[in-house]
Amino acid sequence: MSAHADTHAHDDDHGHHHKETFVTKYIFSQDHKMIAKQYLITGTIMGVIGVLMSIMFRMQIAWPEQPNVLFEALLGKWAPGGVMDADIYLALVTIHGTIMVFFVLTAGLSGTFSNLLIPLQIGARDMASGFLNMVSYWLFFLSSVIMIISLFVEAGPAAAGWTIYPPLSALPMAQGGSGMGMTLWLVSMAIFIASSLLGSLNYVVTVINLRTKGMSMTRLPLTIWAFFVTAIIGIVSFPVLLSAALLLIMDRSFGTSFFLSDIFIQGEVLHYQGGSPVLFEHLFWFLGHPEVYIVLLPALGITSEIIATNSRKPIFGYRAMVMSILAIAFLSTIVWGHHMFISGMNPFLGSVFTFTTLLIAIPSAVKAFNYITTLWKGNLQMNPAMLFSIGLVSTFITGGLTGIILGDSALDINVHDTYFVVAHFHLVMGISALYGMFAGIYHWFPRMFGRMLNKNLGYLHFWVTAICAYGVFFPMHFIGMAGLPRRYYTNSNFPLFDDTANANVVITMFAIIGGIFQLVYLWNFFYSIFFGKKAEKNPWRSTTLEWTAPVEHIHGNWPGEIPHVHRWAYDYSKPGHEDDFVPQDVPLYDGEEELQH
Amino acid sequence: MTAFLTLIIVLFIAIAIWQMVKIFDLAQVGSSNSVVATDKDNKINGYLMMGFLVFIYAITIASFWYLGDLPLTSNSASEHGPEVDNLMVISMTLIFIVQTITQFLLHYFAFKYKGEKGRKALFYADNNTLEAIWTFIPVVVLAGLIIYGLFTWTSIMNVEETEETLVVELYAQQFNWKARYAGEDNTLGMANVRLIDIDRANILGLDESDPNAQDDVITTELHLPVGKPVLFKMRSQDVLHSAYMPHFRAQMNCVPGMITQFGFTPTVTTKEMRLNPDIQEKVANINALRLEKKDEIEARGQDLMYEFDYLLLCNKICGKSHYNMQMKIIVETQEEYDAWMKEQKIFKNSLTNN
Repeated sequence: MSAHADTHAHDDDHGHHHKETFVTKYIFSQDHKMIAKQYLITGTIMGVIGVLMSIMFRMQIAWPEQPNVLFEALLGKWAPGGVMDADIYLALVTIHGTIMVFFVLTAGLSGTFSNLLIPLQIGARDMASGFLNMVSYWLFFLSSVIMIISLFVEAGPAAAGWTIYPPLSALPMAQGGSGMGMTLWLVSMAIFIASSLLGSLNYVVTVINLRTKGMSMTRLPLTIWAFFVTAIIGIVSFPVLLSAALLLIMDRSFGTSFFLSDIFIQGEVLHYQGGSPVLFEHLFWFLGHPEVYIVLLPALGITSEIIATNSRKPIFGYRAMVMSILAIAFLSTIVWGHHMFISGMNPFLGSVFTFTTLLIAIPSAVKAFNYITTLWKGNLQMNPAMLFSIGLVSTFITGGLTGIILGDSALDINVHDTYFVVAHFHLVMGISALYGMFAGIYHWFPRMFGRMLNKNLGYLHFWVTAICAYGVFFPMHFIGMAGLPRRYYTNSNFPLFDDTANANVVITMFAIIGGIFQLVYLWNFFYSIFFGKKAEKNPWRSTTLEWTAPVEHIHGNWPGEIPHVHRWAYDYSKPGHEDDFVPQDVPLYDGEEELQH
Repeated sequence: MTAFLTLIIVLFIAIAIWQMVKIFDLAQVGSSNSVVATDKDNKINGYLMMGFLVFIYAITIASFWYLGDLPLTSNSASEHGPEVDNLMVISMTLIFIVQTITQFLLHYFAFKYKGEKGRKALFYADNNTLEAIWTFIPVVVLAGLIIYGLFTWTSIMNVEETEETLVVELYAQQFNWKARYAGEDNTLGMANVRLIDIDRANILGLDESDPNAQDDVITTELHLPVGKPVLFKMRSQDVLHSAYMPHFRAQMNCVPGMITQFGFTPTVTTKEMRLNPDIQEKVANINALRLEKKDEIEARGQDLMYEFDYLLLCNKICGKSHYNMQMKIIVETQEEYDAWMKEQKIFKNSLTNN
């Protein structure tokens, strides 16, 4: 492998004789840095759509069945007279979930940063297979396009919730969205999974094989550990969702009965017999729960890196951090049943899953405490990336703690599928992962585009977002504790929940303000790509290898030899050194001990 | 018109942000050219971190102030309810203690150690004792919670069906609920959706030849005698539904093709619950809010004034009218229940085209 890498370098040294065309450079690029940017931009566009949808259905919840020009303009026939239709409400909720979880926080987050950072931080010329990497992005692009096309079909987009439980998702007569909309949803997701698997395999192979000299596994930055383990979880669990999707397609189109049995709908008995929807739930959540960590671990990895750099301190407990990532990854594959306590599954299984679920709180707590200790006696540089990282720790704690209630089967009976759940997972995985993504973008923007994001706009973006995120999701716990079920088109149909109506208006206000202020970020992002201040080589004075490569992107990353690694990634403020950081490629001086971490 | 105004307001907000962006940009050029955080930035954001801590506490207090009646932690109406509520209160207390402390440490450290030029951070990479402490403490606390939780769960879910148990079928379909009582023989007749015969009004697919089915009673309201254990057998004819009875701390999915079950013993009659001071306060509050929206509510054709009732809600997305799928639950004395039951038609007599 290293021989191959060296020839590559050789090519680059001798002028750029394989001239790149516009198409090979910007479109069908095999360079990991360009692919990272492609993921980021596609993810951003999907994110805008997902957030816009959430603002629309929040408006419906706050002001039920009130005409709204936004609906009239964007929903067309689904909002006769500007009043949102109940079918499209469920579709918006469904597609919002799908887009945010998969297209933004899986592909947008992992796709961007695994691609950008794995080769640069481990000291590799590129991914193990540039071609597969390119295919992975284009499959993702294709699945995004299909998902967007599904919004425009006659009977409406998929509307069975992002978990697409059959029979609702399997029977076109059960709701409009279960027709062509659901077919496209399944096709899009199948392609998405293929993309994700190609990407993950590539990440794993690259980390195992292409580390530069001296980059032992215990010297890897925590970002790489997080991306590496995330990719493994993806490889283990995504195929299970693919099989569930394929079986569902068989039930829908070819008359099999994997998930269906004894159904009487719209005046007729269907032929299905012997299947079980609970089987689908098992298959779905066998991916669905690890998916939470596929979303969250990269964000935590990014945060570890940024908190250490900006605290000018080594990350506290490197070994414990790695162990907790591994523990979370392992446990994440044996907790899926906590989504199914009241699904009709054997109550004994409920006990088992309660046990494994609450265990996962332990490595999570270790991580939170280690972050806080890293801040202690640091010299905190409050860059926007640092603010988002601290924000992540805050929402990770707030959102994570309520998991103690939801993971406890006896308590879950009460709050299952209420707004309590919505508040919990939005804080702990949605907002936290989004903060991780923003942190990563602010931190590595100079590495990606060679320019800096505007710092002050970053501050504005963070503080408004932070306040709005808590404003939306904190009171939502209390609405859930009043027993309000999620996915209700309106809560004003019977009076039991009337006293939560005002809180819902406040929540929607926060959501609208928070949503609008993302424009500040978008403006900053697109403006700075072209007109931002030129970046220095290592603006944050960081130790990791990506900052030793030239600002200008070159194919193969380093013009000469790949730097060798002599120390771990967290030598910040190490006694005996003039500077408060020692890059990984600086050899130990005579008598210096590498920290026995 | 309101729609048009909304659009204009949104437009203005967008323009305002645009302008703010510009001002921020210009202001930056004047003060400092640094693209990374300066000491001044560190200071301002450090103070803002403390401000944010105050905001988190404030929104916590405000949420408790306005939404703090937490109906799911008190006034349960079933025998196992108080135990669940107790576990809930313990868990919530614990969460709030940990939340308050850790958020304080996080934001206080972010403020206290805000960067200054020339200061060097402490090189502090590891401490096994500390790691052990914060592994061990969660282990102990969680072990306690897990054990308590599992005992509660097991006692709720393992319902024994005795002579005394009232067996009721809950039957879900898009978008309403039916209840089926076993009748005099206290045995539910066999049923399957394949036997549904709309023409004969056999809407739940009872086996007409099954002697146990003859005296079954199908209703659209759920009546339960107080103090008597009830075991629900749940069926669904089309898609997944979930029978959610929040006042009784009870919920179970209804799954096509299988029968699920959940049992509890109601302890408070509807009449008694209406006299409960907490509930009266809640009802008064809701009615005050409803009076404010009088026109809107009457336009929708609803009764203006709210009177407390237990409800069975659908809590699993089931299609267009998911939000409108409930059934009234009435808990009453045995005599009242018997009297009501006597008025109901038994299955045999409810069939048409006999």
